[in-house]
Amino acid sequence: MGSISLSHVKKSFGEVQIIPDISLDIKEGEFVVFVGPSGCGKSTLLRLIAGLEDTTSGTILLDGVDMTKAPPARRGLAMVFQSYALYPHMTVRDNIAFPLKMAKAPKEVIDQKVEYAARTLNLSSYLDRRPRALSGGQRQRVAIGRAIVREPKAFLFDEPLSNLDAALRVNMRLEITELHQQLKTTMIYVTHDQVEAMTMADRIVVLNAGRVEQFGTPLDLYKKPANRFVAGFIGSPRMNFVDGPEAARYNASAIGVRPEHFSLATTPMPGAWKGKVGVAEQLGSDTFLHVHVDGLGLMTIRTDGDQTFGHGDDVYLTPDPARIYRFDAAGLAL
Amino acid sequence: MATAQTRTLSRIMMAPAVIVLLIWMIVPLVMTLWFSFQNYSLINPMMTGFAGWANYVYVIGDPSFIQSLVNTLILVGGVLLITIIGGTLLALLLDQPIWGQGILRIIVISPFFVMPPVAALIWKNGFMHPGYGMLAHLWKFFGLQPIDWFNQYPMFSVIVIVAWQWLPFATLILLTALQSLSEEQREAAEMDGANAINRFYHIILPHMARAITIVILIQTIFLLGIFAEIRVTTGGGPGYASTNIAFLVFRTGILSNDIGAGSAGGVVAVVIANIVAIFLMRAVGKNLDA
Ligand SMILES: Nc1ncnc2c1ncn2[C@@H]1O[C@H](COP(=O)(O)OP(=O)(O)OP(=O)(O)O)[C@@H](O)[C@H]1O
Ligand SMILES: [Mg+2]
Repeated sequence: MGSISLSHVKKSFGEVQIIPDISLDIKEGEFVVFVGPSGCGKSTLLRLIAGLEDTTSGTILLDGVDMTKAPPARRGLAMVFQSYALYPHMTVRDNIAFPLKMAKAPKEVIDQKVEYAARTLNLSSYLDRRPRALSGGQRQRVAIGRAIVREPKAFLFDEPLSNLDAALRVNMRLEITELHQQLKTTMIYVTHDQVEAMTMADRIVVLNAGRVEQFGTPLDLYKKPANRFVAGFIGSPRMNFVDGPEAARYNASAIGVRPEHFSLATTPMPGAWKGKVGVAEQLGSDTFLHVHVDGLGLMTIRTDGDQTFGHGDDVYLTPDPARIYRFDAAGLAL
Repeated sequence: MATAQTRTLSRIMMAPAVIVLLIWMIVPLVMTLWFSFQNYSLINPMMTGFAGWANYVYVIGDPSFIQSLVNTLILVGGVLLITIIGGTLLALLLDQPIWGQGILRIIVISPFFVMPPVAALIWKNGFMHPGYGMLAHLWKFFGLQPIDWFNQYPMFSVIVIVAWQWLPFATLILLTALQSLSEEQREAAEMDGANAINRFYHIILPHMARAITIVILIQTIFLLGIFAEIRVTTGGGPGYASTNIAFLVFRTGILSNDIGAGSAGGVVAVVIANIVAIFLMRAVGKNLDA
């Protein structure tokens, strides 16, 4: 229960093609994250799977059954929206019970499932409140509760945490991951926060302008990015890119080095890049140095938090030779 | 308005407007009250002086008063029923993406811009005239005897005309409410397996409850005092069949030249309007608290 497969799915709004051609196979029970820059078509793809948008061409199979033309209700999927989309005039209990009522479930079954969902999500003491009287995190949990009572084939989340503050996000991230481990239901999760993507996903789909740039496990994407876009998108702070003659020394049109893959010295080293520290961002655990390297531009370097470099200090950077990513002129990894 | 200081300040700032409004309201009201206790008939100018409750007894004791009261309620209720149901349906229709939506909306709203006497005239001569009205032609086309609407169904005819005028208002307010419903909520309901009827009943209707309340309250205020449509079409007749309280005041005060009794009728009308308002606020006002 819960495999989703797209083949040659295309989507245009009028003349504008948003999704040129996407094929994906999501296995049963997998936690897949769609990640990509704003406007790349993540929500659109999710809504195609949900049935909230018509597919221009291609097929969508759910559990091997062609559902391309099926209305949302028949697909057996549950969706959690960014704005939660709770029904404001209903109590939490009625909100959670709504899909069951629509499915004409008997009263005892509804009560039992609502109780169970409320206990799972720590909502038991709020059941008789209206959504208005809940905090953002609680509303989010109600939305999730409404999704789980239906026991759907898969959950679809569209940036569910983007309205929450940083601390709550970390919490909810854990809760959703835990929920996934408990329910073992397929989940598709849209975000543009790559930390969420890296920490939650079994596999990540990196989207760019409606195309799949790469589909793989988080560590795959980090260690073996397929192209320059993925390399730049995954990892924080961003990978440093160098092109021109310095890249040519490595037989590539561009090379990339992650901020954490430098060794740093204050005295000249053979083959090192010389630079001047601009801004040093001290996070306590780490320090991010923004170094102006002669002839190569600005680079971000990650060092441990005990390093005390100041503005204007001279530093010498040596990229870890085993961890230099090489790209050809088209941006593909070599 | 969180602190005591801002509250006081806001009261002082509002005071001039409130005082002007009060004077505006109170002076005519007090004058009406005064006249209602006077013998003041233009036909009989010699009879003056304090009348006691005589004017009230005269107005309320008249059998036409009860009939007018009933007519008033029928008129208000009938028009409300038609405009709320019709307005909801029209709003649902206009909310669909259709070609020429902009023009269509303007057309639907246009009756509201027609002045009441004009609207009444259009209906009286254009549609409901037993000789050359459109409806008469329609009836004749089907070989039926044309209906003399204003004589045979006076209340019904007035209700139709007034409802035609107020339907756009209801539609407009309800359409606005409908459009403020978040798309995601509809989609969530769709994903939750609610069909169109369930979506309407469980999501759309509760969302529109407040707008419907507002339409009911505003329309009631105006519908209690419907006058021009009656004046132009039935003249309150036949007999008192289509006379409402407002028209009764006119008949007593102006047509019969009895200012005293007319004023008493006016005061009674105000009292009735307030009673209706209190009941209404009790019944539907809780929707406004949210
Ligand atoms: N109904 C629509 N009509 C026309 N264009 C649309 C429609 N919905 C989305 N688009 C366009 O499709 C593109 C992708 O939109 P989408 O909402 O999928 O982006 P997204 O990846 O979810 O972005 P974000 O991270 O900002 O939510 C955008 O360029 C958007 O303008
Ligand atoms: Mg989006």
